[in-house]
Amino acid sequence: MPELSYREAVRDTLSRAMREDDDVFILGEDIAEMGGSMGVTHGMLDEFGPERVRNTPISEMALAGAAIGAAMQGMRPVAEIMYEDFLTLATEQIVNQAAKHRYMSGGQLTVPVTFRTQGGAGWSPGAQHAQQLEAWFVHIPGLKVVFASTPTDVRGLLWSAIYDDNPVVFFEHRTLYGIKEQVPEELEPIPLGKARVHRQGEDVTVIATGRLVHEALTAAQEAEQDGVSVEVVDPRTLQPLDEDALITSVKKTNRCVVAHEAVTRMGFGAEVAAIIQYGAFDWLDAPIERVGAKFTPLPFAPVMEEWCVPHARDVLDAIKRTVGRNGD
Amino acid sequence: MAKVEQKGTLSKDELRDFFREMLLIRRFEEKVEERFRAGELPGFLHVAIGQEAVAVGVCRALEDGDVIASTHRAHGHTLAKGTTPNELMAELYGKLEGCSHGYGGSMHLYDVEHGNLGANAVVGGGLPQITGAALAFQLRGEPRVAVAFFGDGATNIGTFHESLNLGQLWKVPAVYVLEDNKWAESTPERQHSPIRDLSKRAEAFGMTAIKVDGQDVGAVYAATRRALEHARSGKGPVFLHCDTYRLRGHYIGDPQVYRSKEEQEDVREHHDPITLLREALGLSDEEFDEVDGEVQEIVDTSVDFAKNGTDPRPEDALKNVYA
Repeated sequence: MPELSYREAVRDTLSRAMREDDDVFILGEDIAEMGGSMGVTHGMLDEFGPERVRNTPISEMALAGAAIGAAMQGMRPVAEIMYEDFLTLATEQIVNQAAKHRYMSGGQLTVPVTFRTQGGAGWSPGAQHAQQLEAWFVHIPGLKVVFASTPTDVRGLLWSAIYDDNPVVFFEHRTLYGIKEQVPEELEPIPLGKARVHRQGEDVTVIATGRLVHEALTAAQEAEQDGVSVEVVDPRTLQPLDEDALITSVKKTNRCVVAHEAVTRMGFGAEVAAIIQYGAFDWLDAPIERVGAKFTPLPFAPVMEEWCVPHARDVLDAIKRTVGRNGD
Repeated sequence: MAKVEQKGTLSKDELRDFFREMLLIRRFEEKVEERFRAGELPGFLHVAIGQEAVAVGVCRALEDGDVIASTHRAHGHTLAKGTTPNELMAELYGKLEGCSHGYGGSMHLYDVEHGNLGANAVVGGGLPQITGAALAFQLRGEPRVAVAFFGDGATNIGTFHESLNLGQLWKVPAVYVLEDNKWAESTPERQHSPIRDLSKRAEAFGMTAIKVDGQDVGAVYAATRRALEHARSGKGPVFLHCDTYRLRGHYIGDPQVYRSKEEQEDVREHHDPITLLREALGLSDEEFDEVDGEVQEIVDTSVDFAKNGTDPRPEDALKNVYA
């Protein structure tokens, strides 16, 4: 079994798809010679050439829209939006165009395009280079949304995103690019819409995405030392959402913490909490706890940034709060 | 300066055929106005009365396999690209038989089989996708061209500039058709653009621009043929600047408080492409009435077809969200 970093896993998937399928190509800013601002596409220009590893001008609307247009002709483009923050510039094309062509045409068109992007705090870029905006896109009918947290998952999920006939917004997390993992020799596609239980537990379910999956796993280990058994579940695909897996887990543990790096208010976790309270109301022994960033743009000074975004200790505090609600 | 295209070399029979199609589009849109005012048509409707020569001149020049993206003012483009009046009218009535099966409406007319990738209700919204469709043709080595329609108002939006830059940079086989009708909704061109010759915007990207009298269908046809040849031969996209006029308001029911009666009358009197072509062809009243009777019958039939169409079930709204 080869060991791949999260970054290499993304590259591996893109390269495998491009080797097998002429309809797959990638485009984005600085993805060719430079290999992308995160180094994800490093070396791909040499293998596939500039026609299929297309550097674009700094034109998010046009590059997103060109990917959509090529997808409407049956190609499977993967557009890289350098930072999630720059999705704001491409949002008209993603939300009004990609998400709606199939619908507005009464089913005549498919738009098999993937928008890869990354974000996340922890390196003090300030307010415009580290937002977590997945909640904007899960709110749009017609889009699928993926947020992968491990090398194995990013590999299998990206493959499925490329070969899904719908537009997919595919979130990667900047601070995860370096993490490594043994992955299967052959790429195993992971179906969209399937959650992953990372850790079995009895007392509390933590539903976490992206970086917070890892923070939750750390928190779970610490909680175990206090005798609290924590189950950690990563939905992986945020839309469509594997509601059954989440509800099943909470019915077992009777307590739930929802954790993501994006701001808590109106976040993805709010929808998860609504689904859990409806689907597992009679099983819940405590209010659902929510973990996320404070309601502020991301500050620059490291001490402020560190304070604003959630970490393992915040997840642990939430676990303790929910356990403390038990009338024992 | 963009080259100004001269008259084409269409035969009189071909021009009469074009005339018939322009008149069909005119009568169709007049019927749409009438049925909207009668309260039969839901939604937000925009007619392109006065711009028929652009729709017909461009679409008749296209080859099978070429694709278009249209605007909110799309009835003419849609008919000219091959959608039947029945299917178009059924769409405006929200019926399953409509060209978008009741999911689109006037501002979202699609007919993928006929190469219509959709009318777009976001100004400039289709330009990036036409650039991308053209890129797909280029990557696959297919001799096809993708054509975007848009108005002068769209030349101020970011998608226009980003798409023309990208299209020219990559030399994709696209034709960007500016329907310069002098109005961005209620805002006249002098209020929305600091320059009068909008071709300069394309030329700034190094793109070949052709300027043509958009009220002369023969000239539009000839210019489009030349633009398509350029794009298809791998020389890159062409900006086709069609000087045209919007004879009506922005939307059906627009009182046009922003536009003088004199200007409206002047445009109707001197720039109506159908009147101009009728004169050029020297059609007698009898000849005109014969064609007019034929197309009016087609339009009336389309209304009957639409009214007798199938209403979607409310829950059909949940179909087609995902493939």
